[in-house]
Amino acid sequence: MSTLTVDGLTVAFGGIKALDEVSFHVEPGEVFAIIGPNGAGKSTIFNAISRIYTARAGSIRFHGREILELPPHEVVRLGIARTFQNIELFEKATVLQNLLVGRHSRVRRSAWREFLFLPGVRRGERAARRKVEEILDLLDMQHLRDALVCDLPYGARKNVELARALCAEPELLLLDEPASGLNPEETADMSFWLKDIKEELGVTIVMVEHDMNLVGRIANRVMALAGGRVLSVGSVEEVQSNERVQTAYLGAAA
Amino acid sequence: MRVLFKTSYDQDIDLLVLPGERMRVGALIALAILAPLLLSSYYLSELAIFFSFALAGIGLMVLTGFSGQVSFGHAAFVGIGAYVHAVLVARGVPFPLALAAAGLLAGGVGAALGRAVSAMHGFYLAIATLAFSIVMETVIGAMEPVTGGHMGMPVPGIALFGVALEEAWQQHYLYLAVLLFFVWGVANLMRAPTGRAMIAVRDSETSARSLGIDVRSAKMTAFFVSALIAGVAGGLLAHQLQYLSPETFGVGMSLKLMLMIVVGGLGSISGAIFGAVFVSFLPNAIDALRALMPDGLVSQAGLESFIFGAFIAAFIIFEPDGLHGRWRKLRLFLETYPYYKRATFIRQKRYLKTGRFR
Repeated sequence: MSTLTVDGLTVAFGGIKALDEVSFHVEPGEVFAIIGPNGAGKSTIFNAISRIYTARAGSIRFHGREILELPPHEVVRLGIARTFQNIELFEKATVLQNLLVGRHSRVRRSAWREFLFLPGVRRGERAARRKVEEILDLLDMQHLRDALVCDLPYGARKNVELARALCAEPELLLLDEPASGLNPEETADMSFWLKDIKEELGVTIVMVEHDMNLVGRIANRVMALAGGRVLSVGSVEEVQSNERVQTAYLGAAA
Repeated sequence: MRVLFKTSYDQDIDLLVLPGERMRVGALIALAILAPLLLSSYYLSELAIFFSFALAGIGLMVLTGFSGQVSFGHAAFVGIGAYVHAVLVARGVPFPLALAAAGLLAGGVGAALGRAVSAMHGFYLAIATLAFSIVMETVIGAMEPVTGGHMGMPVPGIALFGVALEEAWQQHYLYLAVLLFFVWGVANLMRAPTGRAMIAVRDSETSARSLGIDVRSAKMTAFFVSALIAGVAGGLLAHQLQYLSPETFGVGMSLKLMLMIVVGGLGSISGAIFGAVFVSFLPNAIDALRALMPDGLVSQAGLESFIFGAFIAAFIIFEPDGLHGRWRKLRLFLETYPYYKRATFIRQKRYLKTGRFR
């Protein structure tokens, strides 16, 4: 069974349809890339999955479970974590604290026990740190552990956001432009990490990305969107050679 | 610069790890314990009022400093706590139970308010909380049979387990113990998942949601804890005021609490304490300044409020991180001298935030 099945998804803002009957599916263990010109509706798909936007019609199923019925904070419990195009980190907190918030959906909480810091709370904190440490090692970020996010440069923030999403132990990772704003070297690092995440952690990845180099290197399948509609789905070469995709990016031949 | 080489997770988790921190906090507590030997009973009762305000400030810090929810009506929770406590004590309920009830009731009202305003931000939240405190003031005034209305009500003395605490030094230790308990509790909360969820909601509600935090319930928890602490502070304050009237818990007190945490530095517990020191002893400083000012100015009404306001404005403009931030900078200056760079604390411009959601 597919990991993620999107069927007839329509998201509209007033009369403008940001997504118009979009359907696709993502198979376990693959890297699925979504490309398209600005305003095609790429991020809207992610925001519909995270339940930030309300879909007007259609369904999104994760292992057969309908996501559109869930409140936003329960999506991650199913095993779907994401990053944001504009980086939504907790600025005035340390990297460690950010990653520990990433564990939120995997820990049990009780405010009054925490107020008294009963022994169980300390055990929970130790366990959460052990898990976070694995992710820090994987992404080679130990030196940033106690830094405040607002002191970090852009590239490092991108990595912190990726790490935070991984701390939720997702089965499906939604990455909104993981390489935007990164220099070529950082982009190369990112592509290695994404491969590691896919192969070592067995995470399925859906990513929105403009860098076709990165897409070509790691994506198994690509979906091209324009104007809220699916233009083409297939391998990188198939999609790149598709006439409708070329028209969407470059305009019709004069 | 000292770098702590961490060798176990417990060093992350523990509250006071650096020897310097331990020494400073230890010295402060020791000073507070020795205070009755050093101060007259008049200053001890001033100190008890300071403890009550510091506690209320910590309550507001949980809400505004850690959870990012502005409240311009926090005095209402102090008032609810004060009245509930005074009424219960007057009817013979033991002090600890009455104080707990005051805290829980204020907390309950806070959680209800938190639920009602959970979708509000910024100005709207400030206005809603302000309106709440005005309504509470009126309600307390109208509940004349219980609260004595605008005529006010006397507060009985403190009796703990049948022993009357009449001496100032006895009350001093009681207040200190309550304050330390809540400082410790809030510090615990902030190093655990619930506290981190509050910080997450403060910095980005959208990503908090995407990581599994129920934003509304996190806000309600913050309001509950915050109002509970303010309510307990109100119960303590009631005994020092000795006479309650609704006007005491008006906008003026809310502003004073807000001033405390802004001046102290949002987002730190020590900031709430520093801020309380500053605000509590500002009137004394203004009095001292009066002697230097021309007669025409001294007789102006509202001079104190004006200076209060001027301080808030000055802190927001020149030191948004408050006394706590100033202290961090001073410490780094001393530690790294002569290599201190001003640029260390100059924040990079926030990255472009198009399409941000709340």
